[in-house]
Amino acid sequence: MCSGGTLSILRSDSYVDLSQYRDQHFRGTRYDQERLLRKSCTLYVGNLSFYTTEEQIHELFGKSGDIKKIIMGLDKVKKTACGFCFVEYYARGDAENAMRYINGTRLDDRIIRTDWDAGFKEGRQYGRGRSGGQVRDEYRQDYDAGRGGYGKTVQCHFQP
Amino acid sequence: MSRRRHSDDSDDSDGQPHKRRRTSEPSEIEERLESLICRVGEKSNSSLESNLEGLAGVLEADLPNYKSKILRILCTVARLLPEKLTVYTTLVGLLNARNYNFGGEFVEAMIRQLKECLKVNMYNEAVHLVRFLSDLVNCHVIAAPSMVAMFENFVSVTQEEDVPQVRCDWYIFAFLSSLPWVGKELYEKKDAEMDRLLSQTESYLKRRQKIHVPMLQVWTADKPHPQEEYLDCLWSQIQKLKKDRWQERHILRPYLAFDSILCEALQHNLPPFTPPPHTEDSVYPMPRVIFRMFDYTDDPEGPVMPGSHSVERFVIEENLHCIIKSHWKERKTCAAQLLSYPGNNKIPLNYHIVEVIFAELFQLPSPPHIEVMYTTLLIELCKLQPGSLPQVLAQATEMLYMRLDTMNTTCVDRFINWFSHHLSNFQFRWSWEDWSDCLTQDLEKPKPKFVREVLEKCMRLSYHQRIIDIVPASFSVLSPANPVCIYKYGDESNRSLPGYTVALCLTIAIKNKASNDEIFSILKDVPNPNQDDDDDEGFTFNPLKIEVFVQTLLHLAAKSFSHSFSALAKFHEVFKTLAESDEGKLHVLRVVYEVWKNHPQMIAVLVDKMIRTQIVDCAAVANWIFSSELAHDFTRFYIWEILHSTIRKMNKHVLKIHKELEDTKARLARQHKRRDSDDDDRSSDREDGPLEEQIERLQEKVESAQSEQKNLFLVIFQRFIMLLTEHLVRCETGGIDVFTPWYKSCIERLQQIFLQHHQIIQQYMVTFENLLFTAELDHHILAVFQQFCTVQCTSKLFMFSLLCG
Repeated sequence: MCSGGTLSILRSDSYVDLSQYRDQHFRGTRYDQERLLRKSCTLYVGNLSFYTTEEQIHELFGKSGDIKKIIMGLDKVKKTACGFCFVEYYARGDAENAMRYINGTRLDDRIIRTDWDAGFKEGRQYGRGRSGGQVRDEYRQDYDAGRGGYGKTVQCHFQP
Repeated sequence: MSRRRHSDDSDDSDGQPHKRRRTSEPSEIEERLESLICRVGEKSNSSLESNLEGLAGVLEADLPNYKSKILRILCTVARLLPEKLTVYTTLVGLLNARNYNFGGEFVEAMIRQLKECLKVNMYNEAVHLVRFLSDLVNCHVIAAPSMVAMFENFVSVTQEEDVPQVRCDWYIFAFLSSLPWVGKELYEKKDAEMDRLLSQTESYLKRRQKIHVPMLQVWTADKPHPQEEYLDCLWSQIQKLKKDRWQERHILRPYLAFDSILCEALQHNLPPFTPPPHTEDSVYPMPRVIFRMFDYTDDPEGPVMPGSHSVERFVIEENLHCIIKSHWKERKTCAAQLLSYPGNNKIPLNYHIVEVIFAELFQLPSPPHIEVMYTTLLIELCKLQPGSLPQVLAQATEMLYMRLDTMNTTCVDRFINWFSHHLSNFQFRWSWEDWSDCLTQDLEKPKPKFVREVLEKCMRLSYHQRIIDIVPASFSVLSPANPVCIYKYGDESNRSLPGYTVALCLTIAIKNKASNDEIFSILKDVPNPNQDDDDDEGFTFNPLKIEVFVQTLLHLAAKSFSHSFSALAKFHEVFKTLAESDEGKLHVLRVVYEVWKNHPQMIAVLVDKMIRTQIVDCAAVANWIFSSELAHDFTRFYIWEILHSTIRKMNKHVLKIHKELEDTKARLARQHKRRDSDDDDRSSDREDGPLEEQIERLQEKVESAQSEQKNLFLVIFQRFIMLLTEHLVRCETGGIDVFTPWYKSCIERLQQIFLQHHQIIQQYMVTFENLLFTAELDHHILAVFQQFCTVQCTSKLFMFSLLCG
């Protein structure tokens, strides 16, 4: 009667829970996507500097376990790094530890953000912004030296 | 951005079950009860006493309908929330005062739970239960004499014959570690019995073996703080407590406020408790060494830190460790809970927290949680206490640096990883000049070595120029090399090197997307410096072929990890053929090193990939690490990261095949079961055929994998023994001191192998003992093996047989 079992406050694992984000380009139902996210070993990593290398990402994310693959996010036009990547682990538990302890810490002096990804598919390594980079870099108003300076729409205003 | 609206309809139209909570009363009430009970004691507008009183009233009212649920929840908090022990014993005390039968049922349930924990080797949780029971004496739920009787049964375990020392250790620990809470009460009621128990404990502690201690100590020096064996330390603390007439002032005791109510309550007697006997399956906790780095002199401005032999120190440390254990997954909650530990400004809480965290990070053989958790937890703590915690952390770092000379190598590894990762979150700001003393030392000494390794790790998290910029110019001797590729055929001036023209050919071919076959045909022309005539195929071990191919390919793929991995994948066939023999594998590794010796990180990922794609095997990597070509880098951190990673891959491989075998056996069993229940005469044993064949194949695979695993450790141990023996002989004949920095490093690396992989090594102990760790071995090396055995030991007899030779 009293053996085993745990308490819900001790079960809490909020860093591992799914975020609100769902990939709009995902082919399948919302339910399919969530099922994949819940057993995924792949993380999306965002807010990287354009200059952050695969080596740096490997060193940081290797702290939660053995990495199977890193896929750098690329500008669709320039084919250069555009500030995100995918990190795939061999084991789900290692990805979970990355969500718990690497998400929200710094890489290249920037707070990076990790989120579950349903799995890499060819084409997903490209930014989806109109200019070729990430959507967030299209419209932002601030100046970010690590991400090409001003947002693309702001940059356009400076063109003659 | 999609403008789809997510209504319930669209979810249901997927045809998938929509997770909707059904309002089911019982489970909602259980959740509410659990939440009420778990939250009592947290920050609140009302006092703890009034919250406890209120909760006791609520639960008493719910007893008629929800008694078993309440019992379950209370038993679970007793087991899993030891940091709130006295809050919950008070609650139980109040309930017992209102409802005697409930109190009795709770005690019975606790005893059942305790027995079950012991049966399934949950010893850490069992200690919490024992402590809870003993504090119930303070709450007038349990009669003191019956508690003493239980402890008498615990202590009498030390009289058992032919049992592991770690078994007796646990029962003594459970007894002693409850005394800060209940020592006073038990001594007042039964002083003669308690004196007898303490005296029996003392004589046990005097005669128990402590050979394991050096292997578990973070520092080998006794100054400034001795690293005590955990039972020795606890014994000193209890003795001091007794001398202080059991006066203990740190523990929060809410039941004191309810004394008038509680002393009216009727008490229960614990049923006689016989410790369950030792079995083959019993696995007791490993012995520990208490980590201490601070004392009262380290925070002269603040509250006084309780001394190392004060019972307050014990209680604080226990509770802080329990908080981390409860909340390790939730770093913000964990940090907040640590910082709100009730100390009433009477203790230097930040110092205790930092000490407890480093105690876990440096714990041998392994930390309780993944290393990166501690880095992130410390960052969260710095965020919550930006005015005070970073300074304590800086002070701690300085102290750890000062004591590097006597710090265990494994702990230094963790210190390097922690410090470099921590710095990368704070723009690498550090007062490096404070450490200029290390610049004048021999580079192999611990301090300069530490700084070198830290800078290398910092570089991996940033880039080379950044590191040059953050350190003073004087530190350039310790700065990492620029991680560039060294291509021996790169310059025109190298054109006299054998294989130069082939290298050029290969370069052009690979750039033109040559196939494996084309590569083979180019390589055919490479002469073999080892023999006068190749065999017909020309594919025996040819070091020059390997050199030319691997150098050229790695150079072309040098741009990034991904480029190099693609290259390995594309030309996998060539690699496999060239590295078919053991010598081939070794040579491939040598060339990888030659090309990338400035970029240890690249070497590590390439070796990993080559093992996973079976270009080289684990034994080849082990032999390569101990080869003379690598002697210069032998004490560098990255070498040991590679070796341990290799061993882990081997271990995971064995486990994976083993699991496949078990799964297939289970499938066969299910098939049998289905057939037995089928009663169908038509089904026959023929169906078992494929599965049985599969099981046989997997069985062979498991045996082969285990053989490979055992061989890997044999190679590693053999090479260690050779290396160490050489050094010992050289020192003896030369009349020089054995204990050079290299020797300390090497012996500790050997210990590290034992400790990090003790469970696997245990399986092959007999082989290792018979083949390698025989009595003829130099006693320095044999001692490491013997220490390991006492740490690992599950049989007293086995240990004695080792010591008696």
